[in-house]
Amino acid sequence: MPAELETVERVRRIDVDQYRYGFETIIESDKAPKGLSEDTVRFISAKKNEPAWMLEWRLEAFRRWQTMQEPEWARVSYPKIDYQDVYYYSAPKKKPELASLDEVDPEILKTYEKLGIPLREQEVLAGVVRPEGERRVAVDAVFDSVSVATTFQKELKEAGVIFMPISQAIREHPELVQKYLGTVVPTSDNFFATLNSAVFSDGSFVYLPPGVRCPMELSTYFRINERNTGQFERTLIIADKGAYVSYLEGCTAPQRDENQLHAAVVELVAHDDAEIKYSTVQNWYPGNSEGKGGVYNFVTKRGDCRGKNSKISWTQVETGSAITWKYPSCILRGDNSRGEFYSIAISNGFQQVDSGTKMIHLGKNTTSRIISKGIAAGKSQNTYRGLVSAHRKATGARNFTACDSLLIGDKCGAHTVPYVEAKNSSALFEHEATTSKISEDVLFYCVQRGLSQEEAVGLVVNGFVKDVLQQLPMEFAVEAQKLISISLEGSVG
Amino acid sequence: MPLLEVKNLQVRVEEREILHGLSLTVNEGEVHAIMGPNGSGKSTLSHVIAGKPGYEVTGGEILFKGEDLLAMSPDERAAKGVFLAFQYPVEIPGVATMTFLRTALNAQRKARGEPELSTPDFLKKVRSVAASLNIPQEMLRRGVNVGFSGGEKKRNEVLQMALFEPSICILDEMDSGLDIDALRIAADGVNALRSQGRAMVVITHYQRLLNYIVPDYVHVMSKGRVVKSGGKDLALELEESGYAQFEDQAA
Amino acid sequence: MNVALVKPTSDRASGESFAAARSRLPGSGVVSEVREAAFAEFSKRGLPHRRVEEWKYTDLRVMLREVAPLAVNPDEAALNRAAAAVASLDVTDTCKLVLVDGSFAPHLSDVASLEAGVRLHTLREILETADNSTRADLLRTNATSDVMVALNAAMATDGVVLGVDNGVALKRPIHIVHIATQSNAASFTRSLIKIGEGAQVTLVESFVAAPDAKSYQVHDALVSWAGDGANVHHVRLVEDARDASNISTAIVTLGAKTQFNSFSLTSGSALSRYQAFVRFGGEEAVANINGVNLLKDRQHGDTTLVLDHMVPHCDSREVFRAVVDDRAHSVFQGRINVHPDAQKTDAKMMTRALLLSDEAEADNKPELEIFADDVQCGHGATTGALDDSLLFYLRARGLPEKEAQALLIQAFVGEAMESIADEQLRETAVATAARWLATRG
Repeated sequence: MPAELETVERVRRIDVDQYRYGFETIIESDKAPKGLSEDTVRFISAKKNEPAWMLEWRLEAFRRWQTMQEPEWARVSYPKIDYQDVYYYSAPKKKPELASLDEVDPEILKTYEKLGIPLREQEVLAGVVRPEGERRVAVDAVFDSVSVATTFQKELKEAGVIFMPISQAIREHPELVQKYLGTVVPTSDNFFATLNSAVFSDGSFVYLPPGVRCPMELSTYFRINERNTGQFERTLIIADKGAYVSYLEGCTAPQRDENQLHAAVVELVAHDDAEIKYSTVQNWYPGNSEGKGGVYNFVTKRGDCRGKNSKISWTQVETGSAITWKYPSCILRGDNSRGEFYSIAISNGFQQVDSGTKMIHLGKNTTSRIISKGIAAGKSQNTYRGLVSAHRKATGARNFTACDSLLIGDKCGAHTVPYVEAKNSSALFEHEATTSKISEDVLFYCVQRGLSQEEAVGLVVNGFVKDVLQQLPMEFAVEAQKLISISLEGSVG
Repeated sequence: MPLLEVKNLQVRVEEREILHGLSLTVNEGEVHAIMGPNGSGKSTLSHVIAGKPGYEVTGGEILFKGEDLLAMSPDERAAKGVFLAFQYPVEIPGVATMTFLRTALNAQRKARGEPELSTPDFLKKVRSVAASLNIPQEMLRRGVNVGFSGGEKKRNEVLQMALFEPSICILDEMDSGLDIDALRIAADGVNALRSQGRAMVVITHYQRLLNYIVPDYVHVMSKGRVVKSGGKDLALELEESGYAQFEDQAA
Repeated sequence: MNVALVKPTSDRASGESFAAARSRLPGSGVVSEVREAAFAEFSKRGLPHRRVEEWKYTDLRVMLREVAPLAVNPDEAALNRAAAAVASLDVTDTCKLVLVDGSFAPHLSDVASLEAGVRLHTLREILETADNSTRADLLRTNATSDVMVALNAAMATDGVVLGVDNGVALKRPIHIVHIATQSNAASFTRSLIKIGEGAQVTLVESFVAAPDAKSYQVHDALVSWAGDGANVHHVRLVEDARDASNISTAIVTLGAKTQFNSFSLTSGSALSRYQAFVRFGGEEAVANINGVNLLKDRQHGDTTLVLDHMVPHCDSREVFRAVVDDRAHSVFQGRINVHPDAQKTDAKMMTRALLLSDEAEADNKPELEIFADDVQCGHGATTGALDDSLLFYLRARGLPEKEAQALLIQAFVGEAMESIADEQLRETAVATAARWLATRG
């Protein structure tokens, strides 16, 4: 079956309220007491067997967080979050670090199976020979807050790549973690990032030594499972001089009635001539057709092009969450460095998306490119918010931005809020944005040729987002395409 | 005294040397063709003669009517009579062609200490030149080269050449992007100017153009040097045997 | 001691200036109540600063610091100096209505030559004599909650109140001329213009200084309504003294099938903010709102447009150009709001900034807020220096550097000036740009 038809088929079968990933895994968990205090922070740190410096770092963040205000500038509205009514730590009760897949709780493995996560370690263990040239993906699967299985460790180790849960890195590579943690997103950066700094549970750590090209794409799947559990992932990726890595992050969460809080922090550091490509597919539970439930996703993602000729590229497909507050950014510090942001943000139902990027040009001859595709349907609100700035010394800075929004239906809103700031005459910035609806003529043409209304919309939307989909690694592009169609289910009247 | 003397010219762009000691002498009324493969430095030579920024002259000199051309700004060179017909004439939105022609002509006259041309004289002159080149008045009202076809852009270059009456015209790949009819019209315009005793340096990759503008001398450039000079037959020879034979000589 | 009760110096000074001015402000009763309420609003919020999103790039607490004392009514000498300023205006063939230091100056105005179908009052006259409900309305507006508009309501001393009858086609532009003669003083003016159905009007606003007037502040508001089918041309020329401040607001409501064509040119004043709130109240209206800021030295020029498409089938076009030299700072903010019922809206906005010096700065914030699906909306923003390849082409044709630059800059601003329908006014704008270019160092 051709991909589009398959997508449409899937759309037919799945209703907004029958969220595909809405099932719950029943396993016992090991929770911190509800609420947030210094004791919670100490509990988390102790659970992780962290060294004293890490606890101090967390406590300092916590103290600062207590003095901060929740930001209100984004175009999102939600009931006041009671931060004392949230669990800040939850881990599967089995021992958190496992030697092999056999030791993983079978319930968890079943969950991943339903999600279709390519946990290919099984095949490797069974001696399955994969066709030559097929791309491999190393999965560091995060189940709620703790990494439970890490694959391809051996091969990565041979290449010199460090890829492990950050909790493990804190113990095994304290010098690297101390050197880089919080240098891109300082603990004082913003309300949610500071909260994350105090209570982050786990996440991934990647270090590529000089000259190392990561032999495979690195991937992490995040799941939020426990009721009322905040997810506070912390990811730190460092590409040393001349290194290259492509990192894929995918997220799904089961259906819940209560809203779930998520405040992740991702820090990327690219040294001279290094390149980091970071791709995200986010399809957390968006809430039901009445706008009830859904994940609150307040994420701080930032990359630091620290060295000359370095490059950081963000690609995101955002289809889930009730609220998305997310601005993957690049600090273009190194001369000739390059930042990219490719985004597809789809909102349906009562979803609210406020997402975009910041490209901060500091070094000479730095370039950036922003391609944003927003699609609003149902009663959703979809905002692009972006900043492009060239500082005084950023001679030769270049930016191109294109933000296109598509509206499906007359109850939704699409908004574009770009800030373009030039403090250097040699900076050349070009920004363009459009907002329109799907052309009736095109829809009619497709329908006349035998496509259903929804198939026609799917076709047009896939064309609309093509430029961004092309930026995704192959494995993700197919999944993302399916997700986009599923997300728009029920949007055509 | 020769009109243009290029002596042992060495030119760099950023870190890379493009011209490695090029020499060329052009006398009044002569037509020189400079041929060579892509990347041989032909366009660099034309840009350096016209004074385009971004090129660093690290050795040699260029004398024009005995004066140091390299010491002059691009507009001073234009006023002295150096005209570069661009390979890709730029589009200047918002500046009407007529305004542009008049401003440029009067700037050159002023620099030479000549009085500005009166409006009727100017209009008369533009109209007659435009008519001879098949350029409609409507084109002159539009922004400079804005929305012009490739042929129209080249004709606009020839129009300026005729209007400004330079002593030497450097034609940089004038035939690029032109069909045979457009090429003929442009070449006829050039030939009309040539008959008035003007010197020409015709830069081209193909011999085709030289069927229309027949040169007195042909120079072959390769890797930043003139590797062979001869009469117009050299161009025909090149057409048959190609540039490959000169690649080794340049190395 | 409760520290929170101590206001910033600037706001305290403003409060004192209102107290000092109170007795001199025209109107009593309801008018005074409206003023008190407006001033209470201003006192509560104070001068806008960088944390107020709409004023993000123009922090008046830093740039204006405080509201200057209210200008006194002009005396004979001041009027004489104002007359000199009127005489040196570029635009001559207009019906001039002159405001000197915030007071209408009948003897400098062409009251006698007002065309038939035009009714003129002054704000002061109405505030002091008309019935209560009319007068208070003149100071009220619900089109914006901007704090500087509230301050204007509190302090406005005078302005022109014009009515143009239905179907009247004016032959000559109506020209409101703001002249400052006093240094270190603030004038507050508010003009209201009601244009009848099918009327055709050209409205010009000039802001100039009398010789030797320095460091003054202009606080102006223009409130206008265009009736169905009206055709309105609006040109504003800000040529205030180089150390003056000009904070102006235009609030425009457009009826069905109106044609509104507005152009603003700012070349004067050290600090300028022009904010225009344009509301489409009737279907099939078309608005072209264009502007040029020519800034040098340490000038700060801010143009902020808010367009509210409330109804279907309206078109809006904005073309804005900024030329920024030396250490000047240009700000352009443009927001297109398309409300839920405004289907078939066609809205386009283009802003371009040209930076001529390494220390020049340009901030652009074009915004789209779209709540209707069947629309065509877009904006574009570019920032950059003059194109080197164009410069070289011109120089290769014999133009000296400055002349080549000037030609390109004129073409750059020319695109926005093309929309001025009145030839005299367009030529004035072009000449102003040419003068500005001629004085570039």
